[in-house]
Amino acid sequence: MTGAKILAFGGYQPDKVVTNDDLAKLVDTNDEWIRSRVGIESRRVAADDETVTDMAEAAGAKALAASGLAPSAIDLVIVATCSPLVPMPSVSAIVAYRLGIVAPGAFDLNAACAGFCYAMDTASNAIAAGSARNVLVIGSEKMTSWVDWTDRSTCIIFADGAGAVVVGPSGGDEPTGIGPVVWGSAGDQGNKITVTGRTGSMRQDGQAVFRWATTAMAPVALEACRRAGVTPADITAFVPHQANLRIVEAIARRLGIPRERVADDIVHAGNTSSASIPLALSRMAEQGRLQPGTPALLLGFGAGLSYAAQVVTVP
Amino acid sequence: MTDQEILAGLAEIIDEIAGVPADEVTPEKNFVDDLDIDSLSMVEIAVAAQDKFGVEIPDEQLKDLKTVQDVVNFVSKNS
Repeated sequence: MTGAKILAFGGYQPDKVVTNDDLAKLVDTNDEWIRSRVGIESRRVAADDETVTDMAEAAGAKALAASGLAPSAIDLVIVATCSPLVPMPSVSAIVAYRLGIVAPGAFDLNAACAGFCYAMDTASNAIAAGSARNVLVIGSEKMTSWVDWTDRSTCIIFADGAGAVVVGPSGGDEPTGIGPVVWGSAGDQGNKITVTGRTGSMRQDGQAVFRWATTAMAPVALEACRRAGVTPADITAFVPHQANLRIVEAIARRLGIPRERVADDIVHAGNTSSASIPLALSRMAEQGRLQPGTPALLLGFGAGLSYAAQVVTVP
Repeated sequence: MTDQEILAGLAEIIDEIAGVPADEVTPEKNFVDDLDIDSLSMVEIAVAAQDKFGVEIPDEQLKDLKTVQDVVNFVSKNS
């Protein structure tokens, strides 16, 4: 059976940098408190007229260029997002059009901060099933469009950005480069992270989410390793959703993965929901922190509550 | 498990999570004021304590556990 693998990455961040000191002018907080509680030093915020679609296009263009593929080689475009400006048309159809990808399958996928890992599995399956040759997978979010700038428990965390990967077939004898997904949801805790209606804003029960993520996610990650036939000691890059540096570090500690192998993109990117994993991957690739041909562990988790993890081979 | 054993186990957890040397973790110490441990670290400590002692410390109870002795008592009573 044909397997799938990641061919290339691309990331995009808006130009505007918002520091902790900037936020301290809006709400009762300070740089030291934010750094110690969530590990963020600065984040990027999209311009007023910059959309989820614009950011998805920018990241998608970079990944496509890095893959060396012609737009016509892409048969499917999936955009993981929970913050599009409007529910229709889909972000994915417009992005595909703007990138010159003619008439691909295109749809948006919402599993909040876990969305990218859901989309990766969908892409892998589409290739394995023969439904697509190559797939452009994008996570793009304008989380600040849902932020209440007077709520200091959320406005210090969330940010904007996009990340993309091109997924293609793995060759003849090559093992698949996208391992089986371990995914799930806990709708009984759906009230822990919410947007309060069409004109509302984001609300989060931070302590409950912290406890859930630091307790329930390490076993999910371990199971993803087991199904891929690797152990945490084999993982050269652990790229969990960049929710909060304290959560990232707590999960890594439980898995026994040393800090230098763990993505810490949140420090300068903030929490960009479904964009955080591909954005962190593309940054680690730029920094030379990824080792081609070795296993990386992806773990998405967030509102729903929902989660998904898989082991992928670094291109 | 004796209170002394719980204290020793708790000190190990606090050392690992918050980097406080085990010999500083004595019963009368207040987590916030004496050990500089914040609410998120307390959640991590509660989760680790559950793994180690098999006693769940829910968030509602956690906020009332101010000192090392409070946690030892809670674990002792519920194990």
